[in-house]
Amino acid sequence: MNRLLTFWAGQASHHAGQVDTLFLGLAVLAVLLSAPVFILITWFAVKYRRGKPADRTHAVNRNVWLEVSWAAIPFLATVAFYLWSTGLFIDLYQPPAEALAINAVGKQWMWKFQHPGGQAEINELHVPAGQAVVVTLASQDVIHSLFVPALRLKQDVVPGRYTRLWFRADAAGSYALVCAQFCGTDHAVMGGQLVVQTPADYARWLAAAGTDGSLAAQGAVLFRQMGCSGCHGAASTVHAPPLEGLYGRPVPLANGQVVTADDQYLRDSILLPQAQVAAGYPAIMPTYQNVLGEEDVLKLVAYIKSLANAQPGGGHE
Amino acid sequence: MSEATAEVSYLEHGHSLKSWLLTTDHKRIAILYFLSITLFFFVGGAAAALIRIDLLTPEADLMSNEGYNRAFTLHGVIMVWFFLIPSIPNTFGNFLVPLMIGARDLAFPRLNLLSWYIYMVGGLFTIAVLVLGGVDTGWTFYTPLSSMFANGNVILAATAIFVVGFSSILTGLNFIVTVHRLRCPGMTWGRLPLFVWSIYATSLILVLATPVLSITLVLIAAERLFGIGVFNPALGGDPLLYQHLFWFYSHPAVYIMILPALGVISELVATAARKPVFGYRFVAGSSIAIAILGFLVWGHHMFVAGQSMYASAVFSFLSLAVAVPSGIKVYNWTATLYKGHIALDPPFLFAMSFIGLFVVGGMTGLILAMLAVDVHVHDTYFVVAHFHYIMVGGTVSAYFGALHYWWPKMMGRMLPLVWGRLSAIFIFLGFNLTFFPQFILGYLGMPRRYHVYPAEFQTLHVLSSAGASVLGLAYLLPFTYLLYSLRHGGKAPPNPWGATGLEWTVPSPPPQHNFHELPTVDGPPYQYPVEVDGEREAAHG
Ligand code: HEC
Ligand SMILES: [Cu+2]
Ligand SMILES: [Cu+2]
Repeated sequence: MNRLLTFWAGQASHHAGQVDTLFLGLAVLAVLLSAPVFILITWFAVKYRRGKPADRTHAVNRNVWLEVSWAAIPFLATVAFYLWSTGLFIDLYQPPAEALAINAVGKQWMWKFQHPGGQAEINELHVPAGQAVVVTLASQDVIHSLFVPALRLKQDVVPGRYTRLWFRADAAGSYALVCAQFCGTDHAVMGGQLVVQTPADYARWLAAAGTDGSLAAQGAVLFRQMGCSGCHGAASTVHAPPLEGLYGRPVPLANGQVVTADDQYLRDSILLPQAQVAAGYPAIMPTYQNVLGEEDVLKLVAYIKSLANAQPGGGHE
Repeated sequence: MSEATAEVSYLEHGHSLKSWLLTTDHKRIAILYFLSITLFFFVGGAAAALIRIDLLTPEADLMSNEGYNRAFTLHGVIMVWFFLIPSIPNTFGNFLVPLMIGARDLAFPRLNLLSWYIYMVGGLFTIAVLVLGGVDTGWTFYTPLSSMFANGNVILAATAIFVVGFSSILTGLNFIVTVHRLRCPGMTWGRLPLFVWSIYATSLILVLATPVLSITLVLIAAERLFGIGVFNPALGGDPLLYQHLFWFYSHPAVYIMILPALGVISELVATAARKPVFGYRFVAGSSIAIAILGFLVWGHHMFVAGQSMYASAVFSFLSLAVAVPSGIKVYNWTATLYKGHIALDPPFLFAMSFIGLFVVGGMTGLILAMLAVDVHVHDTYFVVAHFHYIMVGGTVSAYFGALHYWWPKMMGRMLPLVWGRLSAIFIFLGFNLTFFPQFILGYLGMPRRYHVYPAEFQTLHVLSSAGASVLGLAYLLPFTYLLYSLRHGGKAPPNPWGATGLEWTVPSPPPQHNFHELPTVDGPPYQYPVEVDGEREAAHG
């Protein structure tokens, strides 16, 4: 039993501890709200058993105030828990700015991870302990869900849109990392490990893992190979918007909308260019849907993000 | 012996197959449903047995990954659409609503028969899916898995559900019109039995929610067959749109499955205690409140799906609100027992078991509605345990309670009370042994729809499978002694339990046209004590 409760999991973060406390609190609340029912039903069934003498005078058939109170009091108690739980949940949407950015791609039936330095791994994710990590999740095919029980966290990985999951693991160790959303034949074996290491060990692991340059650098290579630079490059003669300084800025679209150039916008510009056409430009950009996988797109996005503070090199404005 | 006994009972009125297959008598149609959903209950149960056997060990030994996926998909599809949704409304609702409101039949008897045929056609499609190798999407048919990637018989399965949906819609419509139009003189809304209130509330959901599911299934087919991009992002669609549509139907569908059960329990508790249900108005009103609020909480299935944080916060709050009317019912039943004359007959034991399991299911539902906890336990065995407590612990217990309670009325035969009590107890124990360990498994992080799992989880899985074998046998038990009672049970008097309600004023089994003369009601429901005609013990012994 002890082995059981030490988990497939354990508690790998402060957040995990908070969720456990909340859960225990809710369990106590559940017992308090249901105990009267269990006790009274049993007691009444014994005391007022048919044929048994008991005082049955003055039985009432309704009492509005009583009914309102047993509707309202439990409800108010749960509202207190609602505030507590919603508070914890909102934290999950506020990753710290300095968080280490990692990409994850789910595909039938494996997990692929990319570190900012360009290191890639499959079904294993190495992260430094004590540091916030924000994982951008993309799916190559169907919906998956990245679930790390030890962190008490999961997030669905939805094709067509980036989702995010952030955490700060405190305790070094290996923890199960699985897919929680049914995704087809080998769903049950689509898993691996989250390896939390001391920062020094993590640095050593990064060095040993090897890479062909940072993610942005790999993106730059793709940018040339895929012919993007032919239109978007400084020397291009095509009327296409420069990508320097684009990231994070508002972009006016041909349909009159204005959107912020975030990761999702960059992804969609590459895979579904016709969906959001930048104002003042012809809709001639080809789709890369069947050419580039989500991993490559993430690299291109990293590259375009790295240009956020660069000056446009050519005179396309 | 009342004079009406001279009339031929509905069971005696024609013995040919044709007299059954072409009947428009709501009571006979109820029996047709009873037989067909029992069949599906066992087919779905067989799939569950395969699942539980496979889960005995951490490795995949009985089935391949694909085989396992097909087993749980079939289990879900059959149990939800071919057993749970029609279970209480189409059998007991069909049999009892006209009797309870003092009518000779439903408003549209032929439509009622048509509903059954539609159900059977849907059922045949499902059997075809099974024979042709199954389907591997889960009963939820999430896109784009179902619309683009799955290689099973998705279209056929969707057709089955699409077809059976029309049976639901027509049945719901029939009940609504019947309750509005066919109440006997004096049967005002405030005098309706609580079972009728709950069937009425259920029918509203059936009529309003089912079409959304039908449309959604058509859209899946359009995407899968013609590549029309609705849900698949590669075609410009949105996979979350599917989840919104699906749960807009399927959360209310949870109430389609549980509301009739709540109605049954109100009847069983009142009869057992020989007292009016405490707070009739609150209990009746809570059925309608559940039906309405049930439409506003679908987003609680999508807290980690990528839905906006604000939407999640609102859905979480509304989900707590929908627990209030359910809570009212439970507390009111408890108060009903106070100073009652409680008989521990099988129906009441099933009702007690229902209340216990429904409370656990409800409380864990409350826990699941809490955002931060749901992020952890969503898509784990915690959810599996929670909804089985509601659907199986709740609905199926109520179904068996209803079966024991109205069996003498439907068949004219008493059942052996001792066996009834025993099976209620075994079902309760087997159920808890099966599903309680799953709460722990879920919190420890065991994802659902896995048949390969880490060795640490084996003890709990073995407990659960052991419980499932007790439960399986306990479910078989009633079918043996109920069959036995058809031949050997004592003749049932019109009112064996000493209950109120018009259905107990006619002979058991009721004559073909229910009432010789339409009754008139001149007082509120549940006016105890009633005259008990015939010694119950003598009648069955
Ligand atoms: C045939 C020329 C052409 C090629 C090749 C091309 N693009 Fe484009 N791209 C355009 C044009 C024109 C626009 C502006 C119209 C639009 O938004 O579709 C654009 C828009 C964009 C935008 C949105 C910019 C903004 O200001 O809103 C991004 C990001 C982008 N492209 C990235 C890429 C990447 C990455 C590649 C290579 C994989 C690529 N493009 C290949 C022509 C091209
Ligand atoms: Cu999966
Ligand atoms: Cu729901």
